[in-house]
Amino acid sequence: MKGVTERAQRPGSETVEVVVIGAGHSGLAMSHQLSARSIEHVVLERGEIANSWRHERWDSLRLLTPNWLSRLPGHRYSGTDPDGYMSVDEVIDFVSDYALAVDAPVRMQTKVTSVAPMDIGYRVQTDRGDWLCRAAVIASGACNLPEVPAISKTLPGNIVQLTPHGYRNPRQVEPGGVLVVGASSTGLQLADEIRRAGHEVLLSVGEHVRMPRLYRGRDIQWWMHACGLLDQRYDEVDDLGRARRVPSPQLVGSKERTTMDLNSVSATGVQIVGRLAGVRDGKAQFSGSLRNVCALADLKMNRLLATIDEWIECHGGSHEAGPVERFDPTRLPRAPRLNLDFGSGEVRTVIWATGYRPDYSWLKVPVLDRKGLVKHVGGVADAPGLYLIGMPFLRRRKSSFIHGAEDDAFDLSEQLAAYLRTLPVRPGTRMAI
Amino acid sequence: MNTQAIPVDNGVNVEALLGAREALTEAPEGAKFTWRASCNWMRGTHSVTTVRGFFGLGEEQSHRTEFSLDSDHPEIFASEDKAPTPVEIVLAGLAGCLTAGIAAVAQNRNIQLHSVRATLEAGMDIQGILGIDGDVRNGFDGIRVHYDIDADASREDIAALVAQSQKRSAVFDIVTNPTDVTVTVG
Repeated sequence: MKGVTERAQRPGSETVEVVVIGAGHSGLAMSHQLSARSIEHVVLERGEIANSWRHERWDSLRLLTPNWLSRLPGHRYSGTDPDGYMSVDEVIDFVSDYALAVDAPVRMQTKVTSVAPMDIGYRVQTDRGDWLCRAAVIASGACNLPEVPAISKTLPGNIVQLTPHGYRNPRQVEPGGVLVVGASSTGLQLADEIRRAGHEVLLSVGEHVRMPRLYRGRDIQWWMHACGLLDQRYDEVDDLGRARRVPSPQLVGSKERTTMDLNSVSATGVQIVGRLAGVRDGKAQFSGSLRNVCALADLKMNRLLATIDEWIECHGGSHEAGPVERFDPTRLPRAPRLNLDFGSGEVRTVIWATGYRPDYSWLKVPVLDRKGLVKHVGGVADAPGLYLIGMPFLRRRKSSFIHGAEDDAFDLSEQLAAYLRTLPVRPGTRMAI
Repeated sequence: MNTQAIPVDNGVNVEALLGAREALTEAPEGAKFTWRASCNWMRGTHSVTTVRGFFGLGEEQSHRTEFSLDSDHPEIFASEDKAPTPVEIVLAGLAGCLTAGIAAVAQNRNIQLHSVRATLEAGMDIQGILGIDGDVRNGFDGIRVHYDIDADASREDIAALVAQSQKRSAVFDIVTNPTDVTVTVG
């Protein structure tokens, strides 16, 4: 009897046209588009809706895009502060409301443990039974795991190491100095708030993207949106690989709409040092390339501002826009520091704000490149019936933003529908007419 | 404004470089190079380093001819000053690398160069190498590179050329970042 009971309890396998993995904004936008095309599907979610936002973000984080721009297919911000930036809780509500509004078929607390190819389609194994599908959409996110460089293993054992996944607020940081490695939006925001909490902070700076929060009276994202920069497509850029690797811009979403850059954090007392190039004999070594990475960022920012100025000029908007602005070049110490002795006790904590990577440990389809990323052309993966959404510059510059999901989900659901039409009709399938 | 486009020619075969970049993206093993040099002590501080063979694109390669570089020290170091000091050769390496990069980037960006001149300066407190003060490092306390460039481009575009060249330079990387060095004796 025992054996029978066990068999009965063991979940069997269900069949569905499409499995979407992940119920974040991308997976839900895709679900909405699949429903619009009457394509049967299920959305599998390891935790709850917007799970990463619930469990893997620091307290003070706000979106880098203004509320009016945060929209999903058929859903937009309806609050009282269109120029503000959603807090983590507001993002969770926004995405959860969307799941309800579009009535997405989400199976929560269902962790995908394997996706493997079949003759046609995929077997998706979860901790709650298997799904057999003809197409699968990977919407599990770009930031599953913090990317920590190998030199982290060479740090002395008494140094506390944190990543943005484990970091919540400055109260959890031990007394003493902090080295923040990485100066994209994450590293800059953490360095700023930890410094304001009274710690000595060193910020290790590699290549970065600098931009002002406001330009000529409007949010920088307003201009980038208006100029069409955010809509620039993957097949329109010279070097797509580089475009996909560009770090997130040094922006912060704050009530005051302030600009956060190396000048603003060094004004609060953060010490700017070069990229962490190595650790030797218990000493961190910072690269002498700091001036150049700052020069590159200043030049690129000015190029962006010039593009916006030209657009305003062409569209006759000069009278509405504020005056042309140029910002001070990045100010650096006369002799930037090249070393930090971990043995001196100056720094007790190192925070690795060195980026994120997706976790594909469950993906048993041979589509990963040598960097462990899914090979794809505009979200169409290098395997039949497999799609990817919500990755940097997937199809457009805006692809990794919440508002980028709409166009990408529309395009990819169209391609997915066309792919399904090439397959033999599955017996018993409810086909869309 | 010329209506006829004059092809930009900085003497850099960008098509070949871009072709190599594409080919080596597909076959990254071919991108693994080994550079070699051998050095013979002559007398005093005078040595002669020769280079000829190197490894790359999956096989042994060779310069068209063997090159040699002498190094020595100036007379104020009680040497015979037959050749530049090794630290000046490091500056020459940096200048050569950055300047080659400027030409390549300019060609790729369709910018005609007319003249490129770099002047380099590096400070050094020789209390380090003489062992007078253990807190003073042996090497440079900083390197200053100044470029004067005449090119058909705006000031900003020229600044961007120089910045991009640093970003892609091997010697700039070698002097700005630590490198593990193993020295053995046979």
